[in-house]
Amino acid sequence: MVNFIWLFFILVGFVVAVLQGRVEEVTKALFTGAETGVTVCFGLISILVFWLGIMRIAEDAGLLQKVARLLGPVVRFLFPDVPKNHPALGYIMSNMSANLLGLGNAATPMGIKAMQELQKLNPDKDAATPAMCTLLALNTSSITLIPTTLIAIRLKFESTNPAEIVGTTLIATMIATCAAMLIDRWYRYRYYKANKVPPLTKSPPSRSA
Amino acid sequence: MYSLISTISTWAIPAIIVFIPLYAFFRKVPVYETFVDGAKDGFDTAIQIIPHLVGMMVAISVFRASGAMDLMVGFVRPLFDAMGIPSEVLPLGLLRPITGAGSLAFTTDLIQQFGPDSLIGRMASTIQGSTDTTIYVLTVYFGAVGIKKGRYALKVGLLSDLIGFVAAVLVCFLVFA
Repeated sequence: MVNFIWLFFILVGFVVAVLQGRVEEVTKALFTGAETGVTVCFGLISILVFWLGIMRIAEDAGLLQKVARLLGPVVRFLFPDVPKNHPALGYIMSNMSANLLGLGNAATPMGIKAMQELQKLNPDKDAATPAMCTLLALNTSSITLIPTTLIAIRLKFESTNPAEIVGTTLIATMIATCAAMLIDRWYRYRYYKANKVPPLTKSPPSRSA
Repeated sequence: MYSLISTISTWAIPAIIVFIPLYAFFRKVPVYETFVDGAKDGFDTAIQIIPHLVGMMVAISVFRASGAMDLMVGFVRPLFDAMGIPSEVLPLGLLRPITGAGSLAFTTDLIQQFGPDSLIGRMASTIQGSTDTTIYVLTVYFGAVGIKKGRYALKVGLLSDLIGFVAAVLVCFLVFA
């Protein structure tokens, strides 16, 4: 998919450039684009270094575990078909807390561990279970408290208040996450119905699930 | 509404940055050493995204400078104008679920073009910050455990991306416009 988009941008760009007689400008834009890419990344170093340093302190001080414990009831509500005290729940909580704290690097390994634990409960190893889909929905719309990278870029381009988007981002991300959970519930319900999974209905003996 | 959100925006970062080291200090964490240790990852992360960002910035620059971007945006402009939404952010809504580095490059491009404090700049920042790259997350998480049939996971991810996009646009309108 990314391959396609990248090729599309470059190919269509040059075709249109030829048609509009702008090949020279486009070639110039190519080099300035590459330069911007590098300068932006160097601009990101300062904030990323600082933020990940602070976040390592939070992790070592046990704040990650604290947030995880707070999320316990939420996680049990979102993952009703994972047995109580199953290790998957612990990893899911850590994954969510790391996302909340903006620890992308820590969130992914926890999420993968959670997936591996959920896979152990999965009767069909090729197909995702509803719990797996919920975990994905949580991660694709993950609540972000501090959008570090964006603040860094805004700083780089001399915003008068680089952090002013924290509030709007928080609201948008909360709406997206709530929507994800609702949509996930809807599909989960349909999945249960289609597969005649208890506790919704008991499958009649003639039609084996 | 605006004052509350701008207060949260202004105080969230200082509050976190005072609270975390102080809390850790009382929990007897060697604050400075831990900071330096974690900070090393930041450098690697920034360096790792250089190839992605350069690749995408080049493609987007070419696409924009050729006039192809204007053509594409021109198709949807009437619809967006009717709703008062700047149509420049539309490609970002399409890119965000597909490529993280690509949409970051696009956001950077918009911020550079229109300025970080313009409505478009703030909207792009909010869109980019509020959701994750659905396709990437799906690939990594399902790939790690060998799931081939994702069932409805992709649909849920993309639908919530759409809602996140609309929410980001609306919230920015309410707060900044």
